[in-house]
Amino acid sequence: MNTGNSVNHHLFVRENKAVSFSDETLEKVRSLIRRYPEGRQKSALLPVLHIAQEELGGFLSVDTMDYVASLLNLNPIEVYEVATFYSMFYLDKMGKYVLEVCHTGPCAICGGEDVLQHIRDYLHIETGETTPDGMFTLKEVECLGACGNGPVMQVNTEFYEHMTARQVEKVIEDLRQKQGEEGTSKGWAEQFS
Amino acid sequence: MGRAILLDKVNIPGIRAFEVYREHGGYKPAGKALLGMTPAQVQQEVIKSGLRGRGGAGFPTGLKWSFLDRKSDKPRYLVCNADESEPGTFKDRYLMEKLPHLLIEGLILSSYALGVKTCYIYIRGEFKYLVGILETAIHEAKKNNYLGEKILGTDFSLEIYVHPGAGAYICGEETALLESLEGKRGNPRIKPPFPAYKGLYDCPTVVNNVETLATVTSIISMGGDAYSKLGIGKSTGTKLMSACGNINKPGVYEIEMGLPVEDFIYSEEYCGGIKNDRMLKAVIPGGSSVPILPADLILNTAKGQPRLLTYESLAEGEFISGSMLGSGGFIVFDENACIVRNTWNLTRFYRHESCGQCSPCREGTGWMEKILYRIEHGQGRMSDIDLLVRIAKNIEGNTICPLGDAAAWPVASAIRHFRKEFEEHIK
Repeated sequence: MNTGNSVNHHLFVRENKAVSFSDETLEKVRSLIRRYPEGRQKSALLPVLHIAQEELGGFLSVDTMDYVASLLNLNPIEVYEVATFYSMFYLDKMGKYVLEVCHTGPCAICGGEDVLQHIRDYLHIETGETTPDGMFTLKEVECLGACGNGPVMQVNTEFYEHMTARQVEKVIEDLRQKQGEEGTSKGWAEQFS
Repeated sequence: MGRAILLDKVNIPGIRAFEVYREHGGYKPAGKALLGMTPAQVQQEVIKSGLRGRGGAGFPTGLKWSFLDRKSDKPRYLVCNADESEPGTFKDRYLMEKLPHLLIEGLILSSYALGVKTCYIYIRGEFKYLVGILETAIHEAKKNNYLGEKILGTDFSLEIYVHPGAGAYICGEETALLESLEGKRGNPRIKPPFPAYKGLYDCPTVVNNVETLATVTSIISMGGDAYSKLGIGKSTGTKLMSACGNINKPGVYEIEMGLPVEDFIYSEEYCGGIKNDRMLKAVIPGGSSVPILPADLILNTAKGQPRLLTYESLAEGEFISGSMLGSGGFIVFDENACIVRNTWNLTRFYRHESCGQCSPCREGTGWMEKILYRIEHGQGRMSDIDLLVRIAKNIEGNTICPLGDAAAWPVASAIRHFRKEFEEHIK
């Protein structure tokens, strides 16, 4: 990922603070590790990083990545190289809500580019930026696999489909109202039985 | 031609739940196979059915299974490829959301045929909500003794686990998927060795697409011979088509192979014609990687025969005048669509998704994107068109995995069929 000349310097953020999962999450992590053969605990890295990002601050700081490495008995570099490869992992602090707008072909021909521009104008931020109140980060992402319902946007991995300029304003305002409340959708750890 | 084999139960209320699925005939094929057929007989039915991989390559599934190294004393794995990321394709998402047990049953049958005790569903991370749906289905199946130890009292045991990816198109390529499942970056492996010999954890492994594995349930239910009578020639059975773009009724449709493209686009049963009564300009019939065809060539072959939704018909004329069925991601463009802008858009996608291992793909996709950007933004040179063709040619076939080809074909085909439009952008 992120080959070519995209502006992404992968500056890791180190917060110098101790991070750890709750006991409940730790138990979930242990059960995830047991899904893979003995000695193959590295396989649990992607699911555990999803949980870590969600539960430990909304992005992967060096502190978080080192903690995950210790849980899975990996060298930190093994976690860094994976965290930098996959586009769902954030290496920097994000807004409370990350608006990920699909800009790939099928969404683009159905008005996705207009929706994207409208969000920029409405929130006064460019792609990659966060609103000053820390509420919204705007990201452009590649195909989300919901092309029949385009234009599509994901907010913290929840799908919003058939977006129009008007719809997207409504989504943003609804999220603003929800401020402080917990989301209703299940978190990563709860997805696994 | 409307024939629901996979989706026959899709509109039953509550079908996502085990009990409802079973009340409507679900898990009968699993019972029939595990209690009355040998693993070899199950595989034989799949061979007889003529089923071909529904992820895009169209490789015969039974043949792929026959390559599995059965002499090895290592454990064998079945990996379900649910990393649906090909732009224009959203059928697997639909299938897993609506009929999770159909897939689970297909995995049970396939694992039984292959002698597999552990199966992973590798699903793209963006489909987070489906992880819970599949895990629930697995949990229900286990409670009812269709998974776990000694299934239905037989000696066959199986565990299925859902494993999320984290945003990387390349992980849909089977060896990149295996790397990712091992907790690494999704860099495709050099083949050979093929996964059938050295796959997950260096063990014999079969990787199949969601739709392919769900279809195994239908095949065991109706019998391989009966399934092979659906469709035309070597394109047997039904196919899920994801239809999107400038049409009246985007969505997932199950078609019997052989349906004319014209019927698919214009019939009320399917796409319902072009939106806003505009004219059809072009179609990418099999996901963004396959060649784009202008209206006349998607409706009829160069020889004037009606183009059909089969592997063979869509490929007729090869890349001069044909395309591919691919994943069935059917993207329709109306007369107002800009082919140059779309080609630039898709090239940007491939540049972003290149894993960066092979220079032709890593550098080539970046160069093509920059050149297409400048053409689209009024700074192109006439020599750019042939330059793009040359770059595409230099990528094609020169990379470890097919992402290079997938990036080259859209550019080459857009120029082949719409060169005038590129020239007009430059003039």
